[in-house]
Amino acid sequence: MEILFIILFCGGILAGFVGSLTGLGGGVVVIPLLAIGLGFDMRYAIGTALVTSIATSSGAAAAYIRERITNIRIGMLLEIATTAGAVFGALIAVYLDKKYIAVIFGCVLIFSAIRTVLKRETKHSDSSASKLAEKLNLNGCYPAANSKIIDYKVKNVAGGFSIMTLAGALSGLLGIGSGAFKVLAMDTVMKIPFKVSTTTSNFMVGVTAAASAVVYLQRGYIDPGLAMPVVTGVLSGAYFGSKILPKASAKKLRLLFGIMILSLSILMIYNGLTDKM
Amino acid sequence: MSQKFKNKIDVYTGKLLRYGVLVSCGITVFGGILYMFQYHGKMPDYSPVPFGEPFGVSENLRGISGIVRGLLKLDGASVIQLGIIVLIATPVLRVAFSAVAFLIEKDRQYFAITVTVLIIIIINMIFGLH
Repeated sequence: MEILFIILFCGGILAGFVGSLTGLGGGVVVIPLLAIGLGFDMRYAIGTALVTSIATSSGAAAAYIRERITNIRIGMLLEIATTAGAVFGALIAVYLDKKYIAVIFGCVLIFSAIRTVLKRETKHSDSSASKLAEKLNLNGCYPAANSKIIDYKVKNVAGGFSIMTLAGALSGLLGIGSGAFKVLAMDTVMKIPFKVSTTTSNFMVGVTAAASAVVYLQRGYIDPGLAMPVVTGVLSGAYFGSKILPKASAKKLRLLFGIMILSLSILMIYNGLTDKM
Repeated sequence: MSQKFKNKIDVYTGKLLRYGVLVSCGITVFGGILYMFQYHGKMPDYSPVPFGEPFGVSENLRGISGIVRGLLKLDGASVIQLGIIVLIATPVLRVAFSAVAFLIEKDRQYFAITVTVLIIIIINMIFGLH
């Protein structure tokens, strides 16, 4: 048991670091580590990953707010979509075979990974915001690396809201934060700067995951012997991640982010095809 | 509303998240130390169980009442579960906190948005109870 604790703790550090840097949440590393690396039941992996996502999200969000990058209004508005989507996802999870869900999800993720890696730096300097964004008071500003304050306008609120509903449904279905979709909705569709997107996504993941985590706790999927070392490891890792983010460049983040979702997608498809879900 | 007030809300929200995580982490580590002594040398079985068969942690670690009973006996596993409940409650409290903050700020639009999020979370929890 002591050796398992050490392995889980180190895995947690890695998960927390990557999760807070990319806005993906810690589940991306925790699920493969437990389900494939250690051969544990997928349900324990999902339960532990959910708790991990809450820890990374809350831990890193606290630091990001101080750095004044997160846009709380955008986060709160889009949480309507993610939490409503999570209810829907949990409902269809009862009727749909997880095998098919895993394969479909994996395919969609590969698509977004390729898009993310190939995409050139988006120009966010365009000064026109959508009327809805104006009305909802969503436009904001954030401090850039060279201590300049950068203003940004939000576009296509309805489009972003729809993708967020899908992101919420996927987290209700699979027990992950689905930060990948959250970032995609904000960065690509709503034209919110990448750093604001990742931090706001990170800020939101905890709320969506908390709602599902209660369900998983009642079903007995959250095991204290797994959760303790993973969560403490994740918090240490997330702390380092949040220290590095304000200094890291958007390009490097995007590449890291792309590689992460690509490996996640391959894993999901593999699991679905080999009936491991 | 003034920028100064907005900044204050951000600072308090950040504090709430940080203390929630710190308290949860403290409880979890304390529980972990107890757990290591109580379950020393035992290797729990986490191997896959076919779908439909009984699965999961023991009944007493799944609900508040069982966990409280375990806490009174200083059971390490129950103490860890308490830490996890605090962790789960942290973002939910954050939403409730933001609702109050928007109310004080007299931002009716965002007060309504935040309350909607809270209601959906509660519905989600109730749906999970079947």
